[in-house]
Amino acid sequence: MLEMSGIRKAFGPVKVLHGVDLEVRAGEVHALLGENGAGKSTMMKILCGILQADEGTIRIDGTERHFAHYDEAIAAGIGIVFQEFSLIPYLTAVENIFLARELRTRFGLLDRKAMRVRAKEVLDKLGVAVPLDVPVADLSVAEQQFVEIAKALSLEARVLVLDEPTATLTPSEVEYLFRVMRDLRSQGVAIVFISHHLEEIFEICDRITVLRDGEYIGTRAVAEIDTDGLVEMMVGRRIESNFPPKPDSHPHARVVVDAEEIQLRKNGPVSSFQLRQGEVLGFAGLVGSGRTETALSIMGAYPAFRVKVEINGDPVPPKNPSEALARGIGLLPESRKEQGLITSFPIMHNISVNNYGKYRRMRVFLDLAAERHHTEIAMRDVRVKAPGPDVPCDTLSGGNQQKVVIARWLNHHTPILIFDEPTRGIDVGAKAEIYQLMRKLTEDGYSIIMISSELPEVTGLADRVCVFRSGAIVATLEGDAITSEEIMKHATTGKLRYVA
Amino acid sequence: MSHDVTAQSSSSALQSVAARLKHSPLLLPLVGLIVVSVVMAFASDNFFSVDNIVNVLRQQSIIGILAIGMTFVILTGGIDLSVGAVMALCGTLGAGVMVHMGLPGGLGLLAMLVVGVLFGLFNGLLVAWGKMPAIIVTLATMLIARGLGLVYSGGYPVSGLPGWISWFGIGRIGGIPVPIIIMVILYAAAWVLLQRTSFGRHVYAIGGNETAASLSGVNTKRIKLIVFMISGFTSAMAAIVLTGRLMSGQPGAGVAFELDAIAMVVLGGTAIAGGRGLILGTLIGAVLLGIINNGLNLMGINPYLQDVIKGFIILLAIYIGRDWR
Repeated sequence: MLEMSGIRKAFGPVKVLHGVDLEVRAGEVHALLGENGAGKSTMMKILCGILQADEGTIRIDGTERHFAHYDEAIAAGIGIVFQEFSLIPYLTAVENIFLARELRTRFGLLDRKAMRVRAKEVLDKLGVAVPLDVPVADLSVAEQQFVEIAKALSLEARVLVLDEPTATLTPSEVEYLFRVMRDLRSQGVAIVFISHHLEEIFEICDRITVLRDGEYIGTRAVAEIDTDGLVEMMVGRRIESNFPPKPDSHPHARVVVDAEEIQLRKNGPVSSFQLRQGEVLGFAGLVGSGRTETALSIMGAYPAFRVKVEINGDPVPPKNPSEALARGIGLLPESRKEQGLITSFPIMHNISVNNYGKYRRMRVFLDLAAERHHTEIAMRDVRVKAPGPDVPCDTLSGGNQQKVVIARWLNHHTPILIFDEPTRGIDVGAKAEIYQLMRKLTEDGYSIIMISSELPEVTGLADRVCVFRSGAIVATLEGDAITSEEIMKHATTGKLRYVA
Repeated sequence: MSHDVTAQSSSSALQSVAARLKHSPLLLPLVGLIVVSVVMAFASDNFFSVDNIVNVLRQQSIIGILAIGMTFVILTGGIDLSVGAVMALCGTLGAGVMVHMGLPGGLGLLAMLVVGVLFGLFNGLLVAWGKMPAIIVTLATMLIARGLGLVYSGGYPVSGLPGWISWFGIGRIGGIPVPIIIMVILYAAAWVLLQRTSFGRHVYAIGGNETAASLSGVNTKRIKLIVFMISGFTSAMAAIVLTGRLMSGQPGAGVAFELDAIAMVVLGGTAIAGGRGLILGTLIGAVLLGIINNGLNLMGINPYLQDVIKGFIILLAIYIGRDWR
């Protein structure tokens, strides 16, 4: 029914898809599988006309089609339910289903009765009962998802894409969703199912297509492959970047952060971990598995339900980042532009923003000369490539911007550092420099929690690795156990721990 | 040889001033000030007289003082619509302390400052801890302040103040009106606070990127609280000058002053979203607005039409400054 072949796509110089094939039959549930950044979302955006492929063809029922816009894909029978829903929260289910194509009466007014009847028909066909007259914001996540699916079906979608539909559902809601999916399958709808949970894929899917780093790896029937086989397809063997050698392990090093119990949500799973002095502790797992939230909760930057953590022996966790700073915890946030840099500030102010105490004269006034001097030292230490401390940060490359934020914490000497995706969007050379820098920092006694979605980075750099799944740590790996396969296995099938 | 070096260094100094000005938020306000001054000078013979210039500054002093606190708040990305009403409340209650309670004038002035700072604290708590948008909070507290002053005084001015209070409104030191001196001192203090203390840097940091500032350990709530308290303080200082000039506490004074104060800040090159701008720009904005008022008066233009012209000048200034860095 749907055939995408030889799809290539590049964003500027960065190639994200190198000739990917995907073939989905009517009446099947087809899994699209791959690590973060493997190219799944880009494929789906091309399918529904949000992005255009540089090369390759899309055929529906054997006819070649080109979608310049989302509307054209919808008209051709493609329906997609995005990970972030595109419902308008204050409108009802009916209003959402008919958004921008409202039925009208002869007088040009809304034909509310007809829309309600049609909406009900579609939802009945799905076999779900969703309240029609309340704002969708008041519906459960699963119900909202059904409204999305109903919207796609009301548009006569014959290919339905579900992008991680189970990520936010409870187990019983997942069961319900699967029942609906099976019904749709028996009605001849072709479903593309994106999920990171392998057991779900084995339960619901007929065939699986695996992508890795934008390459098409293969398509297998579910019956002819097992978990290990899938993980190997996803991870493969890759050329590792140049990582500095890991030091011998120090199992008796002082514990600087002892997180006995962290529970992100009420009734959610529970994690525990220890950060030892002078190590890089990797936080691995898929996007949305709770890595960032867990790290932020120990510095008071995320309101977790329960945080029982000792920092340097002190059992009271910091209430906010400002207190965390005083206790020696620094954060290199995930998003440089939104959370890290103050882009309107020059390099100098960005480095010293949280540490003016260092440059005071007569207790109150800033000593601008000292500030400049220390900025120059910090810039040299982390090798920021810029003409001088007065250069505005928005003119720097991603790697240099990242180094500026790192310099902020070195200037402050916070011995515990949380690095969230430290090399995202940074070129290879700058990556290697940041790896060297992190290793040097741990040699100088800093302790680093590194959250990363890049498996080679975790395996190459981390001394120990905590693997996350669905909101908590499911395994902690050490030494030779740190391999991509092992991490991926725990991240997709690991057992969660709940408190009684 | 040594001659060469000086020549070189002075020309390079000039170049560096030019280079700095080119990227400074002060460039456009300065150009505007020069253009408007030249236009006014041609339109009216009296414009460049010392008396007229002193007159312009004196007229602008009260709102110019309000605009200082407004600059702090806007730099953090907030806004304070309550300044005019808080000024009226401070003046009325302070006058009440002197007249109705019979306490010495000094205590009356102190009461004005206390009322202003406390009201700023109230605004700041609602915005920083109550997590409500500043524009709505201060719209509401503007009504509260205005209403409290009217309730207290029954709507009438509170008069019968000690004679020396008038010094703050109409006194002179060495020929210069006291309101101008107070305004200039406050601007100087604001410059030191913003440019030479860590508090000032944090103000800019919050306006530039509040999330980043917070995650790097800046206590953003405390800074936001303090900027509103500064705004309350400058409202009280404006009240002292106003009370001195009118020799009474006026509960109905300062209606729409907040709008002129915002106009001064924006004409002075400060970004309305915060993070960028200089206090000196606000002073230039205050003078610019004063010259426009003054010039239109000297030209004998219909006062109703004057507002229309002022509105268009502000629009033009913002349009030109739109994408300016």
